[in-house]
Amino acid sequence: MRTILFLLQKEFKQIFRNRAILVMISVMPVVQLMVLPLAANYEVKNINLCVVDHDHSTTSQKLINKIISSGYFKLTGNAPSFHEAFPLMESDAADLILEVPQNFERNLVREDEQKLFVAVNAINGTKANLGGAYLGSIIRDYNREIRLDWNVPGRFNAAPVIDISSSNWFNPLLNYRVFMVPGILAILVTMIGGFLTALNIVKEKEVGTIEQINVTPLRKHHFILGKLIPFWVLGNVVFTLGLLVAWAIYGIVPVGNLIVLYVFVGVYLLAVLGFGLLVSTFCDTQQQAMFIMFFFMMIFILMGGLFTPIDSMPEWAKLISRFNPVSYLISVMRMVVLKGSDLHDVRVHLGIVALFAVVLNGWAVLNYKKTT
Amino acid sequence: MTETVIKTDKLTKRFGDFIATNGITFEVHKGEIFGFLGANGAGKTTAMRMLCGLSKPSSGSAQVAGFDVYKQTEQIKRNIGYMSQKFSLYEDLTVVENIRFFGGIYGLSNADIKTKSESLLAQLGMESEAKKLVGSLPLGWKQKLSFSVAVLHRPKIVFLDEPTGGVDPVTRRQFWNLIYAAAQDGITIFVTTHYMDEAEYCNRISIMVDGKIEALDTPRALKQRYNTTTMDDVFYQLARGAKRSE
Repeated sequence: MRTILFLLQKEFKQIFRNRAILVMISVMPVVQLMVLPLAANYEVKNINLCVVDHDHSTTSQKLINKIISSGYFKLTGNAPSFHEAFPLMESDAADLILEVPQNFERNLVREDEQKLFVAVNAINGTKANLGGAYLGSIIRDYNREIRLDWNVPGRFNAAPVIDISSSNWFNPLLNYRVFMVPGILAILVTMIGGFLTALNIVKEKEVGTIEQINVTPLRKHHFILGKLIPFWVLGNVVFTLGLLVAWAIYGIVPVGNLIVLYVFVGVYLLAVLGFGLLVSTFCDTQQQAMFIMFFFMMIFILMGGLFTPIDSMPEWAKLISRFNPVSYLISVMRMVVLKGSDLHDVRVHLGIVALFAVVLNGWAVLNYKKTT
Repeated sequence: MTETVIKTDKLTKRFGDFIATNGITFEVHKGEIFGFLGANGAGKTTAMRMLCGLSKPSSGSAQVAGFDVYKQTEQIKRNIGYMSQKFSLYEDLTVVENIRFFGGIYGLSNADIKTKSESLLAQLGMESEAKKLVGSLPLGWKQKLSFSVAVLHRPKIVFLDEPTGGVDPVTRRQFWNLIYAAAQDGITIFVTTHYMDEAEYCNRISIMVDGKIEALDTPRALKQRYNTTTMDDVFYQLARGAKRSE
């Protein structure tokens, strides 16, 4: 026990003397939480629209006005023909081309029916899909309006329509930031915890101080604990800072119990630090450790459900994401912060993450060799 | 000079096809200063790492302080001090913090750490540097500090791997005074060096060539045997046949 105190004393002194680490753990959460949720936004805006209006009637003009005034679209061009509009799409200046046929108004009035043509630039899949869908719904809406304006009741046989009214739970305003902030906080805790531990031990290898440690009777698990505890504390500091930033900038206050969050993050940090330790036992230089950590972090983040939902991944990817500790933290963060889930709701997640912690740390202790 | 503290028998370390240390057999007695000489790449460091319990031998046997190098590495570590070729105290800790840390790791009591660090600083004349970061000290001071930390817990044997490499002659002399003082306290010194004047300070020396011990005796006996007046000549006669070099 006393040995661990000496180790902790040494480790904390070194951390507080390392300006780079101090800056990283204080500035990184603030900057990332300030910038990322605002920039990484799913909402598709500024869809570039090119209109080819062959009709030039009031009705077509009204339709175009309605589309532009929705706020999602930007009129980037008016072309006399589709043929001339297409180069705009080729050069990515237009995401959508809307073609209004000749006699659009006349046919609509006389024959109660008219077709519009929409061409979608599908290179950016999300933008194309959502843009097409927005446009479709605006046109449907417009269609309903003109029906009400023009149709004399009785003359028209109303087709049965199921109208859906929905309400959004847990994030009523569909505010994208509310969804992103807990996820980004999860990534921050993971990055800082994992990288710091891995690099710290490998640095001791590089400098040669670990040899001086290995030639002492220091027990392996004491050494590992002496490394784990300081970075566990740092991880919690970063997490707390992140929660404060989320509250101060976005007004996000966890709906659920803070204790549940801290219990989960506490166990989660053990798992991530264990991962960092394990990586460090396989590496001899900080460069190696950095590359290996990046390799795993990229997978952890992209497959962790931060940007794209795990539920819509293919089966094999879902299987991989089960072995991704980050995915559990992201989902628990969202559950507790947005939905107010309690310890009982997250018990399965907690159990799995605890298992990660035991396996990764156990493996790290086994793999750390004082004698080669 | 009868008690044996290190005893090896055909101790060997292979790295793949390469035999770094090839069946070395020797004994080191309690309280002696044992010089472990050899050209670069002769296998000195490998042998020393095996004796310190940092590296597992491939074959042969060895006891250090009465403990087996295969099974009892942790007991060995409790009884030895080690100073590696590479400076390995913490450069971002101060002099006293390093002393305190290593004292604590070896299980010294707080009172013990306090008195020992005071006497150590006085012995080295480093009282005014006590609160300086080790990284800011000149190399010679670092090496002296490193040695003092290695014998802080009063080990039975201390292993020194080229402790005076790159150090000026005055500091080297001071360093050897520290070694003599430790030997007088009954600590066995096991030291590698490339300086032949330092070899003369040793009670006995062994000279390794290409992984094998080619000669082992007192400096005077070796000079007689090779019919020369300097250790330089002895070393040259033995090591010029070496095939390995860095």
